[in-house]
Amino acid sequence: MTAEPNIFLILLVIIPLMAAPICVLTRNANVAWSISMAVAWAVLGIAIKLVMELSAHDKVLYYRIGGWDAPWGIEYALDKVGGLVILVVASIGALTLTYAKRSVEKEITSERIYLFYAMLMLCISGLLGIAITGDAFNLFVFMEISSLSSYVLISLGKDKRALTSAFNYLIMGTIGATFYIIGVGMMYMMTGTLNIADLSSILPAVADTRTILVALAFLTVGISLKLALFPLHMWLPGAYAFAPSVVTIFLAATATKVSLYVLIRIFFTMFGRIDVFETFPLQPVLFGMALAAMFIASLAAIWQQNIKRMLAYSSIAQVGYMVLGIAIATEAGLTGGIIHIFNHALIKGSMFMAVGAMAFGLGVTTINDMAGIGRRMPLVMAAFVVGGLGLIGIPLTVGFVSKWALVSAALDAEMWPLAALILLSSLLAVIYVWRVVEVAYMRPSPENAKQPVQVPFSMLAPMWVLALASVWFGANATFTMDLAHSAAGHLMEGF
Amino acid sequence: MMHQKSVLRVVSKLLIPPILLFALYVQFHGDFGPGGGFQAGVIFATAFILYGLIFGVATARRVIPAAATRTMLSLGLLLYGGTGIWSLLLGGEFLDYNLLASTPSAGQHLGILLVEFGVGMTVAGAMTTIFYTFAAQTLGGDDTPKEEV
Repeated sequence: MTAEPNIFLILLVIIPLMAAPICVLTRNANVAWSISMAVAWAVLGIAIKLVMELSAHDKVLYYRIGGWDAPWGIEYALDKVGGLVILVVASIGALTLTYAKRSVEKEITSERIYLFYAMLMLCISGLLGIAITGDAFNLFVFMEISSLSSYVLISLGKDKRALTSAFNYLIMGTIGATFYIIGVGMMYMMTGTLNIADLSSILPAVADTRTILVALAFLTVGISLKLALFPLHMWLPGAYAFAPSVVTIFLAATATKVSLYVLIRIFFTMFGRIDVFETFPLQPVLFGMALAAMFIASLAAIWQQNIKRMLAYSSIAQVGYMVLGIAIATEAGLTGGIIHIFNHALIKGSMFMAVGAMAFGLGVTTINDMAGIGRRMPLVMAAFVVGGLGLIGIPLTVGFVSKWALVSAALDAEMWPLAALILLSSLLAVIYVWRVVEVAYMRPSPENAKQPVQVPFSMLAPMWVLALASVWFGANATFTMDLAHSAAGHLMEGF
Repeated sequence: MMHQKSVLRVVSKLLIPPILLFALYVQFHGDFGPGGGFQAGVIFATAFILYGLIFGVATARRVIPAAATRTMLSLGLLLYGGTGIWSLLLGGEFLDYNLLASTPSAGQHLGILLVEFGVGMTVAGAMTTIFYTFAAQTLGGDDTPKEEV
């Protein structure tokens, strides 16, 4: 590539990656937290700088590792869709670390806290790396870094079931990663390259071979496992329910989104010059799974007792909306899918932070524990409700922006049944959100109700930043919409 | 315990130094012949694992405590990344070995040596840690010993 290498791309990955071993060497919870905190905010600064550069110049930013030119060396390439993803990961990372200190002190054994922060740094580094790399194999490596560290993070939950959930996720996640690498191997066999831009230019010549068909199948199924697309979602509810609160917040807001980004990369960049949705029978399959996710997972959410598990099922349903947007395969549909990555991160981040604060204040785990909590912890519950309104898609929340984009994309593509189904499934969200609201506000507190422990400002502030952001970007969606729209435009052109 | 099996004890004591030496050979000769950091790290760790199997994990932990293996693990990664950052500071790209010495070929030589040494340290530390963690399960506790965490 002749483009000027942008040093900030490598710093984005290397700073958190180096912070992890330093955290281990300190062997001290407070020092490790301080380092991670500084790193997370520095990373957010770099991410904002990169995104501003992307939207100012409308070009792709490059970096080459070791001075080797692509396609021989590993190339980093950041375009707008990647920019949106690093913005999500970095901002959730910074807010989560601010939130983490007190929550982690309560939920994780004190001797392990410094290791917890090291793992979180590795996870952030891996997720950012996935979004900026321009190399299909390097992407696998980053996927493994982020996944392996998230298995460890989940297993640190207090509940013994956290271990089995983490193991479950380990097995499913490893199958997903293996499928991805098998797919990459097959593409390498046919094209002789691993560079994503190079792949996209060589693949059309071999597109009608069975090898490439099988490769696409492996890639799609592998990544669908990682992003918990129905019916490959079985690992997710347990993992989210039993992980420490901070881990749930971070993973729910970022991990599945980054996997979705990989899926977008595969369909619209690697296979960008082949019309995947015309050549392969992808659309009916994805529509089927996305719709099943939207309805079945939402229905499952209605029946959950554990509040984190309920939100986890809701996440599976929301993944359905994102995949639906991708599968519509028009610029408008893709815009809807991409913007929901951002919007859902705000919604779920704030809701899981609220749940974490309730767990901190009153040890809440089930919906029944929340009786009368609206009066005992008004600030926390209000943030939860703001997030809930976003899940339903009430106007003036980010959820409305996403659903509006998706519905209008479906109508533009003359798929009006889809539009009706999107609206219909939103009604299910009304039910599961209302269930919680009813218990929290209408039901009286139990007789022997404890007074909640004061939730510290360091936990309330990030929660409200996300909740208010979900209203702000709902009322004033120009910036995010523009970014998502031009990202989708880029992708439809095929890099 | 293996106090009676003197053959095993003597043979393993004889074997451990050559194993360590061979690991170092694989490590530092890796850029001329077959080998490299990962293989060397595994071989290096097998010396400690063998020691742990014959003389007991508790003794092995005194020889190389879990804190030390964890430090090795971290320092290895830092050495790898540090090499990259060094080349960044010299004005090149991340892990551009050409700038590390006066001539590009000497720089490539030094760079690969440092990076592979980092890999070796991390792998040796990781393998020993994994062995300790699994072996600790048989000690009866359901959790790793205090010193481990």
